[in-house]
Parts: sequence; C-alpha cells; structure tokens
Amino acid sequence: MSVRTGRAPASVRPATAEPESTVRSRSVWALGWRRLRRDRLAMVSLGVIVLILLVAIAAPLVAAVTGHPPNQQYRDTGLTPDGLPRPPSHEFWLGTDDLGRDLLVRIAYGARISLLVGVVATGLTVVLGVVVGLVSGYFGGWIDAVLARLVDVVLSLPFLLLAIALVSITGPSLTVTILVIGFFSWASVARIVRGQVLSIRERDYVASARALGERPVRIMFVEILPNVIAQVIVYATLLIPVVIVTQATLSYLGLGLAPPTADWGGMLSEAQGYYTTSWWFIAFPGAALLTTTLAFNLFGDGVRDAFDPRSDQLLGTWR
Amino acid sequence: MTGYVIRRILQGAFVLWLLTVAVFGLFFLVPNNVARTLAGRQATPRTIALVEHRLGLDRPAWKQYLTFLGRALHGDLGYDYYHQVPVTHVLAQAMPITVSLALGAAVLWMLLGVFSGIVSAVRPRSFADRSLTGFALFFYSMPSFLLGILLLYLLYYRLTLAGLRWFPPGDYVPFTEDPAGWAQHLVLPWLTLALLLAATYTRLTRSSMLDVLGEDYIRTARAKGLRERRVVYRHALRGALTPVVTQFGIDVGQLIGGVVVVETVFSLPGLGKTAVDAIGQQDLPVIIGVVLVASAAVVVANLLVDLAYAALDPRVRLA
Repeated sequence: MSVRTGRAPASVRPATAEPESTVRSRSVWALGWRRLRRDRLAMVSLGVIVLILLVAIAAPLVAAVTGHPPNQQYRDTGLTPDGLPRPPSHEFWLGTDDLGRDLLVRIAYGARISLLVGVVATGLTVVLGVVVGLVSGYFGGWIDAVLARLVDVVLSLPFLLLAIALVSITGPSLTVTILVIGFFSWASVARIVRGQVLSIRERDYVASARALGERPVRIMFVEILPNVIAQVIVYATLLIPVVIVTQATLSYLGLGLAPPTADWGGMLSEAQGYYTTSWWFIAFPGAALLTTTLAFNLFGDGVRDAFDPRSDQLLGTWR
Repeated sequence: MTGYVIRRILQGAFVLWLLTVAVFGLFFLVPNNVARTLAGRQATPRTIALVEHRLGLDRPAWKQYLTFLGRALHGDLGYDYYHQVPVTHVLAQAMPITVSLALGAAVLWMLLGVFSGIVSAVRPRSFADRSLTGFALFFYSMPSFLLGILLLYLLYYRLTLAGLRWFPPGDYVPFTEDPAGWAQHLVLPWLTLALLLAATYTRLTRSSMLDVLGEDYIRTARAKGLRERRVVYRHALRGALTPVVTQFGIDVGQLIGGVVVVETVFSLPGLGKTAVDAIGQQDLPVIIGVVLVASAAVVVANLLVDLAYAALDPRVRLA
C-alpha cells in the first residue's frame, strides 16, 4: 500500500524529473487556474456570478431595506386603480407584479431558487454520471453493455414531455424539480466519463495498482477519477446554466414551485399576460435570468478554454 | 449494414415498449379523476362508476395495458377520454404543425449557424468572430419562452403599434389552405427556435472548420491556386460538415418530438401543446400516443444520423 504510482494526474508529465531542478512543477490545476485568471471576460463573469450569489444570500436584507416581504400583496399602493402593476417608483424600485408585490424583493428571492437548483441538480447529475461512467468503463463486459444501453435509452427520452408527466403526478416541488433534472441529465456525463476511463484503465499505473492488490473501488475513485475530473468540471460548469434554464422552463409551464414562492420562471409566466401594459414586470425578471445564465456560460467557456482547450462545443439544451 | 439497421430498429422498438410500460405505470400509481371530471359536478357515485366502466378504467391496470398493447400493434392507439376521438386522429392533426415548425426553423438555423461559423473560422479571433461568438452565447443563454415573448413584444406588439401588421402573434394556418399565411404565421416561432439553436451550430461549424482548414489537403488546394472562396466552400466545408449533420439529426428528432415551450408561447396546437394539455387532463391514451411519436422520432433520427455519418465518412464502420 505504500507504493503509489500515478499520484499526479497523468496528463501532466512534469519536466522536473530531478527534485533539485529549479523548474517548478505545476499541477494541471495551477496551470488551468493561471490561464483562467488571465481570461478577463471569464473573470468579469465570475464577478457577476458572485454578485448574484450575494443578492441571493442577502434576499431577506433586500426585503428589510424596502420593507416589503416577498409575498406581501400591496393591493392599494402596489396596483393602479385599474388593477394593473405599478411602474418603478420610490416605493417599489423595480415596480410591482400583477398582485401588487414588490418585484425587486421577489427577484432577489428568485435568485435563491435558480442558484440552488442550478448547483444542486448539477451536482446530482455529475455524481450519478461519474459513478455510472466509472463503473461502466472500468468493469466492461456485461456490466458495461447494460449500462451503455441504459445511457442510450435515457438519451433518447423526450425529456420535457416526461418531466411534465412526472411532475403532474408528484405535484410540483423543489425536490421533484432537482430529481427530475438529475435523472434526465446524468447520461451524457456517464458517456464522457466512460469514454475516458476505457483508455485510462489500460495504462500501466492502473495495472500496477491492480497488481498491488488495490480494490476496484479504490482504483476507480483514487487512481482513475483524478484524470477525468478536469473534463467533468468543465462539463459541470457548462451544465449549470442549462439546468437554470430548464428549471425556469418547468416553472414557466407551471411545473416548478407552488405559488406564492418567488422564482424567475414562474414570475415570467405570470408576466407574459402583461407584456403590452407593464414592461418592467417582464423585463426585470427576464434580465435577471438572462444575466445569470449568460454569466455562467461565459465563465464556463473560460473554464473550458483553461482546462480542456481541445473541446469547443456547447451542450444541447431542451426546447 | 442491414443487420445493423435491423438491430437498431429492434432496440428502438424496445425503448418504445419500455416507455409505454413506464407511462402506464406512472398513470396508475396515483388515483386519477378522469371519470369524475367527465361525469360532471353533480354526478352520483353510480354515474361515475358507469363512466369508469365505459372507459374500461375499472379493469385491473395490467389488463388495460394488454388491451392497449394488442391494439397498438395493429396501429390503433385507442380513443381520447374526453371527446372519443381516435388518438391517431389527434396525432395526425398535431403532427403537421410541429413538423412545419421544426423543419422551417431547421432551414433558418442551418443557414444562420453554418454561415456565421464559416465566417468565424476563416478569420479566427477577428472582430467578426468575436461578435458572432458573443451573439451565439447570448441567444444560447436565453430561455426559449423569454426569447419568444421578447420577439412577440418587438415584432408583433411594437410593429402593430407602428401600424405594420407583418407578424401575427401565433395560431396556425394549414399550408394547403394558404401557403403565404402558413409562412407568415410561423415566422415568429421559426425565428425563436432558429436563434436559439443557431448558436450550437455556429460553435460546431467554427471548431470543425478550424480543424479542417489546418489539414494538408487544404494546403494542397491552395497550392494548386484555387480561389480562397472555392477552397473554403467546396473543399473545407464538405469535410467540416460531419459533426454538424450529426447534431442536426439529433435536434430535428428532439424537436419533432415536441416543441413544448415555443408551441405554448405562440399557442400552436402541435404535439407539444397537445401533450401538455393531455397531461393536464390525465388523458392517458393521448399522453402515450405523443410520447410514442416523440420517442420514435428521436430513435429514427439517431439511426439516420449514424447512417449519414457512415455515408459521409468512409472511416466509420457500422457494427
């Protein structure tokens, strides 16, 4: 157990064979991070993401400053005599919605849902996909045959239709949204990981680990996984905005969260009926959603250039 | 080759069968209130039981499933619960709408995406490249419903205010009745889909073109003294289109399976809208019908993609 080969990611063969060399060896992470830090657009996007995160965390603070709880309806001050939303004003900085609620406060609370679902559902997707991909690629044989077939099946499902059917049965909730998204998206991650593992498991260091009597679980997660993780991280970064859009879409179709929870997709669905009379009602939640997904995509683009520069594709999205 | 096609079709049929089991299972997992809705508000339990009996919903789920399967193998998908219309008829009405939507948009996004991809690849890192990439990411980050509403606002509402009634806000006019009206009513949904999807193609074409432009045969073509335009459009583009064709097949398959969101935004009664409505009413025969058509479209499209792949690239062998 004391002899460990392949500790460093195999994709980097440090030029420093002798430890006394003056050339400092850099891990693939340090190199990638250096490249990423020089990418100005990616750094600006990261800043925007952090800002949105802060707004999400500080949502109760926004409510306290404006004095408007997110679900409080101001039927007198927040609606015009005709019952229409009020435009931005001193009282309501971004205007009000169709029930006279403060848009600014609801957008801040909506950020929590988007980010939470984006991160948690992506995490779930990645964990499922990595485990299936590792097992499938490492063991091969009938296990691989079955799992690869399963991946094919999941990839050929009409996602939105089945998601709608599922949610209509279970009833909309945050947990259901996350599970549904995770269940339908792990397959692409599994496919990527499997493809990598197939070639990595033939390397000498894996053979020697096996010869040393390491157990398969250890070989998969300690020896092989570090060599796949860069690609997985790139994929995950690009998956977050796709998940955020998917969550908003489900909400838009009335399958996201039960009202009166504030979430961007639901707000936009309510606002659609008012696009001729109250532009702010649709413009501000729409801008919030678009800024978030755009920031994640630009950042993800930079991460890919830094860590996995050979690939240059966008993920497919669900329309 | 023939064996390969047959095996793929059998695989597809297996997936479709699994899906019918899954949808049936999901449906009977929770108590449905189809009979209660149909019988009306003042219905006595006796009437409800009668309605249930007439629809065959009082029989055990597995018996209903076997009946369904037996009929489906003869091309009969049953009748919808609410209007007693054959499901095949419902599908036949919705299908042309979705196909018009998907194919029209496909033409647009291929033109947009491939052309801007070529422009980007010919002068990488130029101003044109950067702005096209920026545009692509912008639309890629946009949720489809948001873009749909935005186009409705700009091209329908604002133009109508300005006295220009160019783009109707939705609805469907059959091609056979009025080809011009058909196209006019579909322009906005086409544009929505095309702008969203073109991004993927810009990226794909760009990276694939960049690879191909570095190949020896391109240098040979230039060395022969061919004009640059001929080199790019004849020699390079042909070699670069393989991944684009793959993606195209996948996207068209997915779209024909239901453009749920865009159909909802523009109130087009295509497959996606039909499915959403059916799911809302727990209309099982229609749900199963749409899911079957949708998955079949994906399966067939994937098969065609693989065949096209083998035809375009002689190195690919099907097995």
